[in-house]
Amino acid sequence: MVEFLQFTLSGIVFGMIYAAVALSLVLIWRGTRLLNYAQGGMAMFTTYVAIEVIHHTGSYWAGFAVALVAGVVLGAAFQLTVIRPTMNKPPLNAVIVTIGLLTLLEGVAGILYGGQYRSFPAAFSITGLKIGTTPLGVSRFDVFVAAAVLVTTLVLAAAFKYTTAGLRMRAAAFNTTIARLSGIRVARVLTVGWALAGLIGALAGVLVSPSTFLYPNSMDTIFVFGFTAAVIGGLDSPAGAVAGGLLLGVVLSYVAGYLGSKGSDLTSLVALGILVVVLMIRPGGLFSAARVRQV
Amino acid sequence: MQTLPRRLGVAVIVAVIVAFLSIKLDTFRDYQIAEIAVEVTAVAGLTLLTGLSGQISLGHGAFMAIGGYTAALLLMHLNWPFEVVLVLAAVVAAAAGAVVGAAAARLRGPYLAGATLMLGVALPSLAYAYPGLFGGDQGLNVAFTTPGFLGATFPLTRWQAWVSAAAALITLVLLANLHYSRIGRNWRAVRDDEVAAALDGVNVAAARILAFVVSAACAGLAGALLALVTELVAPGAFTITLSIALLTAAVIGGLGSLPGALWGSLVIVLVPTYVTDVATSHGLSSSVGSNIPVAAYGVVLILVMLVFPQGIQGGLRRLLALFTGPDQKTPKRSALPVAPPADQARASQHALLARGDEPESPPDPPEKEGTS
Repeated sequence: MVEFLQFTLSGIVFGMIYAAVALSLVLIWRGTRLLNYAQGGMAMFTTYVAIEVIHHTGSYWAGFAVALVAGVVLGAAFQLTVIRPTMNKPPLNAVIVTIGLLTLLEGVAGILYGGQYRSFPAAFSITGLKIGTTPLGVSRFDVFVAAAVLVTTLVLAAAFKYTTAGLRMRAAAFNTTIARLSGIRVARVLTVGWALAGLIGALAGVLVSPSTFLYPNSMDTIFVFGFTAAVIGGLDSPAGAVAGGLLLGVVLSYVAGYLGSKGSDLTSLVALGILVVVLMIRPGGLFSAARVRQV
Repeated sequence: MQTLPRRLGVAVIVAVIVAFLSIKLDTFRDYQIAEIAVEVTAVAGLTLLTGLSGQISLGHGAFMAIGGYTAALLLMHLNWPFEVVLVLAAVVAAAAGAVVGAAAARLRGPYLAGATLMLGVALPSLAYAYPGLFGGDQGLNVAFTTPGFLGATFPLTRWQAWVSAAAALITLVLLANLHYSRIGRNWRAVRDDEVAAALDGVNVAAARILAFVVSAACAGLAGALLALVTELVAPGAFTITLSIALLTAAVIGGLGSLPGALWGSLVIVLVPTYVTDVATSHGLSSSVGSNIPVAAYGVVLILVMLVFPQGIQGGLRRLLALFTGPDQKTPKRSALPVAPPADQARASQHALLARGDEPESPPDPPEKEGTS
């Protein structure tokens, strides 16, 4: 029972990180029907930026803040320079461009920082919390991880709902043509979407790196888990992305926990299985209503 | 359009050139020839899958892993002749391709790319999960020797280059036939407009699955060849980086073009070695040298897609058109079709068209895809 509680809690913590990646994918998908395969690479890169800042200033929070800003800048810059010109080309071109961005970021990170694993500091203590004498399997930092993603999601949801900018974004996602006819600068809205996605991706990178180490490919697995979470949630819905992330995090935590070392080797295969099953049975995501499907 | 004898002729000429080069060049170059042949085999399948049937795969390294491990296990436990092993590796990978293709037939672009990316990330972890069977991180050693009739002094790398080049050429000839057959036309029809293709009686799902089976078989064969050439299969060789390198080669060469697969493979095998050599000779560390090509792949992928989507083969075709006349490939399409005048007038009009927009022009002949 204690084990079950521990696996569930740590699954929720990792699930929140997958949810953050999923959320960043959903933000871009809603606006442009494009999956940003560079999202993991961007998060990896901004985390390297954070390490550098922490190294020079000695302050974790300075690094944290700079990473988020770097995420915003990177997202907006990529959208403006290379993504926008692909918008009127076949969708495959945009996909390949994002893969090009991923490769570029991984190559540049390799040139600047080498391939070795770097440890990344955590903001708070990583010793496990206890209730009485029962270990919970999560640390103070894990609580921070979950809280940070949750707060970001809520702030974002509120901004979408209650601000004019949020209304514009929803309108652009709902129907580009109508939004444009109503005087919304859709192109600018899309750039903002990429910037926000960059921010959330950067947050995910900084939060996950204390437990995965940092190297040029370190976000590959996190990215595919985030992608799976986004697909479980239906790719269209931010709430679905968070739910998908939590679901995937908990399931993978049970697999890794109960199957021992073999389980932790197999988590990505299990996630692949989940992804394929979801796509075969409910291509619109677990939470979607029945919908007409193209044959 | 090419015909079978012409394709076979080209293949024989290339085979002679490769044999000549492999004898003239040193061991390292022989190894590179083998590497290029392995790359071509996999990229040729991928370029047809993505360029012709319009399905992207970011996890083709996984099929290479399946082929490589199949070959290693068969050679290790059953000691079968390598020709049989190569065929079986392709067959096993094709079976895996059928499974993935069946799932892929229901997925559209971004979902498919994500699912195949996941396959590429996830599959190598099997080797870690079952170290008893797959040798874990260390992988499996593959025993490969020169056959007796070549004599004891025949260098192994030359034999490896011959075997890989032969396999690559056979694959290319077979794929070229497929490219211009009914199957290839169906793939293109499905890529361009699924509904129209279905109305014309093309079985859309079957066409998509078959494309995956064919390209997975090529990747499986390439994986098996890689096992013979490097005499090792290990999960570290089949990472997502490999899958992306394969896609990069296909894109650089020109998606959907078989000669393009060769150009792309040449670039992707030769350039990194060259750059790393230059970088280390200028006193840069090896991690810098080995990562410059990776960053360059990224830049090239983006630039090709934005500026030059037809890749190297498209550029060559355009160059060729400059010399052989505009009928080979028309640079511009006019919106106003009129009755075709005599051939000569036509040619001069095309020349005008190439410079500015002439209001009257003959209807352009349909683009001849993949002609070389």
